[in-house]
Amino acid sequence: MTEPKTNGHTVIGTRPRRHDAVDKVTGRALYGVDARMPNMLHGRVLRSPHAHARILSIDTSRAEALPGVRAVITAKDLPDPADVMLESNEQGSAPLRYKVLNMLARDRVLYHGHAVAAVAATDAHTAKLALDLIDVRYELLPAVLDGREAMREGAPLLLPELRTERGGAFGDRPTNVASHITYAEGDVERGFAAADLIVEREFTTATVHQGYIEPHAATASWGANGELVIECASQGHFVIRDELADILQWPPSKIRIVPLEIGGGFGGKTTVWLEPHAAVLSRKSGRPVKVTMDRAEVLMGTGPAAGSYERVKIGVTTAGRITALECEIMLEAGAFPSSPIDPAAICAVGLYDLENFRVDGYDVVVNKPKTTAYRAPGAPQSTFAVESVVDEVCERLRMDPIEFRLLNAAREGSLRADGTRFRRIGMIECLEAARASDHWMTPLVQTKGVKRGRGVGAGHWINTSGQATVNARLDADGTVLLLEGSVDIGGTRTAIAMQLAEAIGIPAADVHPFIPDTSSVVHSRLTGGSRTAFVTGLAAYEAGRELQRMMLDGLTRLWGAEARRVAGGGFAGPERQVSFKDAARLLAAARIECNAVVTLKAPEAGPAYAINIADVEVDEETGKTRVIRYTAVQDVGKSIYPPHVEGQIHGGTAQGIGWALNEGYWYDAEGHLRNATLLDYRMPTALDLPMIETIVVEVPNPKHPYGVRGVGEIPIVPPLATIANAIHDAVGVRMADLPITPSRLAASLAERDAGRTVGAGR
Amino acid sequence: MTESADGGAEIVTATINGEVRSFVAEPRHSLLEVLRDGLGLTGAKEGCNNGNCGACSVLLDGRLVNSCLVLAVEVEGSTVATVEGLATPGGLHPIQESFLADAALQCGVCTPGFIVAAKALLDVNPSPTEHDIRWWLAGNLCRCTGYDKIVRAVQGAAAALRQGS
Repeated sequence: MTEPKTNGHTVIGTRPRRHDAVDKVTGRALYGVDARMPNMLHGRVLRSPHAHARILSIDTSRAEALPGVRAVITAKDLPDPADVMLESNEQGSAPLRYKVLNMLARDRVLYHGHAVAAVAATDAHTAKLALDLIDVRYELLPAVLDGREAMREGAPLLLPELRTERGGAFGDRPTNVASHITYAEGDVERGFAAADLIVEREFTTATVHQGYIEPHAATASWGANGELVIECASQGHFVIRDELADILQWPPSKIRIVPLEIGGGFGGKTTVWLEPHAAVLSRKSGRPVKVTMDRAEVLMGTGPAAGSYERVKIGVTTAGRITALECEIMLEAGAFPSSPIDPAAICAVGLYDLENFRVDGYDVVVNKPKTTAYRAPGAPQSTFAVESVVDEVCERLRMDPIEFRLLNAAREGSLRADGTRFRRIGMIECLEAARASDHWMTPLVQTKGVKRGRGVGAGHWINTSGQATVNARLDADGTVLLLEGSVDIGGTRTAIAMQLAEAIGIPAADVHPFIPDTSSVVHSRLTGGSRTAFVTGLAAYEAGRELQRMMLDGLTRLWGAEARRVAGGGFAGPERQVSFKDAARLLAAARIECNAVVTLKAPEAGPAYAINIADVEVDEETGKTRVIRYTAVQDVGKSIYPPHVEGQIHGGTAQGIGWALNEGYWYDAEGHLRNATLLDYRMPTALDLPMIETIVVEVPNPKHPYGVRGVGEIPIVPPLATIANAIHDAVGVRMADLPITPSRLAASLAERDAGRTVGAGR
Repeated sequence: MTESADGGAEIVTATINGEVRSFVAEPRHSLLEVLRDGLGLTGAKEGCNNGNCGACSVLLDGRLVNSCLVLAVEVEGSTVATVEGLATPGGLHPIQESFLADAALQCGVCTPGFIVAAKALLDVNPSPTEHDIRWWLAGNLCRCTGYDKIVRAVQGAAAALRQGS
């Protein structure tokens, strides 16, 4: 294992207190929901009670007459744009028209929870009462909730103009299939012909929500001078500004987004939700307006992760080498096109060293909320399917699941989905660390009354890069103000500040990171795709080096002789030596400003790999699964701030376990979401989880000076199959449909037992 | 309690973080709304508004409650403690220190609720087991941390408080 510059780090890899934490343990930190403006009104949104209906009429007159109501808006209050494209975000580009239609339904509602109108009133209760006074007449239309049904001939159509996109060309018939993609290399038919064993299975996963604890809120003030200011929490305030500019047809230079602390996002806050409503209500009422969602609206009206169907076929030799992998993936995009079908497909073939593969992906619209990114978007679904089949292959070959994966692991030079080759990646190192772990070395002990099992699963995530900006300013007291263009969603402020601190040779506490508004720093892409600690960290590293150059230049001018850095962090000339802080003071006194602005685009992200081991116990009477031990092994490239690397692994793993066991949208036959509360949409609590053991592997990313890879998303990828594989080990049934609720598992156990009886009677 | 002319609004007096405060509350206002919108105590958050997430946890007469499920007019004459009252000018509360030391937060929006809930636990059980902590905190949802570092922070705070007392 080669490590660039690992030795001698004084900041990277240490555990300083994070910069924003005191505000967050004392209640002082201001989140999106805490925004407040003078003379502010409160806004609420009316949502469709139907999954699919034509809007015959909307009469807002009774609502407008309610005392305290100051403005009511419908789709008529938004510009009706032509089909221009929005700036590409993490989910790919989507026609602006769809984005506008998702903000406020125009002629049809396409899902239960689709926004129809919004009200601003003197208080939130009045605004909510006013919603009941908006008279909307609907004509019900047949709804389609399942993506496979939506693909069938004769299924109800959501978007009459939609044609299947395939390689840049469009089909000629109306459809719900927005796109069909294919990645193929080698010859799968020849690969399967060479196989001694072929396993082919089908899988489904439910629609799940990111489950951030902070509901959405946006507070807008549209001044009479045309300046629009919005305070909100998002994963990218520049994305919010640019999308608003498109949706409102308003110049971005007249829009300023103030980023407040964000109470979780996981991909779900990468786009506008309430900002357009708040803005237009403010313009119409002439007052600032704060629009908020309640939890039911968050679940029914924002962008969950796609429900899915997969078919996976894997061929292997008796020696355990994969000869071919074929995969079909359908992701439910929700009411408008653009699910993360591309990364889902890429990650399905990114785990193993494959010569022959073919993966087909379908992006399908259904009468559910338009999906958004959720932590490694698309990868958990497709990986669940692939890793479940791999587990069955191991079982049938009687091979150890880690040895099988070591034999087939993707490595430097392996084919990627797009036909290029991997650079240095860490799947083999992760597998070796898993094999050597205490968890794997410790045999599972059975106990009375329950069945225990152990499962293994792997995951791959592409990670992303893109543009980032920082602005680093030396202050007279020898500290550095670090303006970061990227929103901090889980502690990146500190991980980025540490990279600057390391580069310039000062303690992390002497860097003051701050995330200013869109008018105060140059454009940065959103926080998502596991890019921020990597790319914005790279910008901070460059800014640290630039700042040091500026300080050396300044001191050289002051002293009339060449200044240089010395050990211990100070500066020296031929005749004198000063500390870093004294150097800053001297420069400030001489009015020599050191201010480095760095905007860069990182060339390429370092892909991430992870291996999980889970022990579960199943109560065969109730079908309830309990996770009793869990180990997550992950290649992080280089762990900059270890507490948060561990924290990202813990959090992603917990979400993956929830996806596997508990979480899922329940719709009734008419397409109503029936579990839009946090009691019924059941996320893991402290009592549902064991401690999660983390094993951090460091295979440096060759594209980063410290070797950083993105760490945030990959942890959610392996748990789904890991849990299902452990359940199979415990009770001998393969659970192909997520979530594996007690009732589903109990039903499968009953089938298993019935099967045994039948078998015995033959 | 004083009747007001406007929509049944009443003036309610209670001790909030050690200070006697009077505020106007309508019968439909929750304690959470009054704390956040009326008194400017925004540390308690609304995550669900129906008692499922615990982000709005406060202590009402020393008892842990979801302030979204308490009507504001009910707290007349009571004492209410929120996260804002834990630290003193002299320093942070040991539970807050422990959350910092163990990096037991990521986005931090659930953190005030967890800290208040942890205080309620340690007030009655100074030496909780891991299971005690997980059981007690099961009413507070966190989506970022997987609870691992939170549980450890409460264990650390318990040890610090035992040593300090």
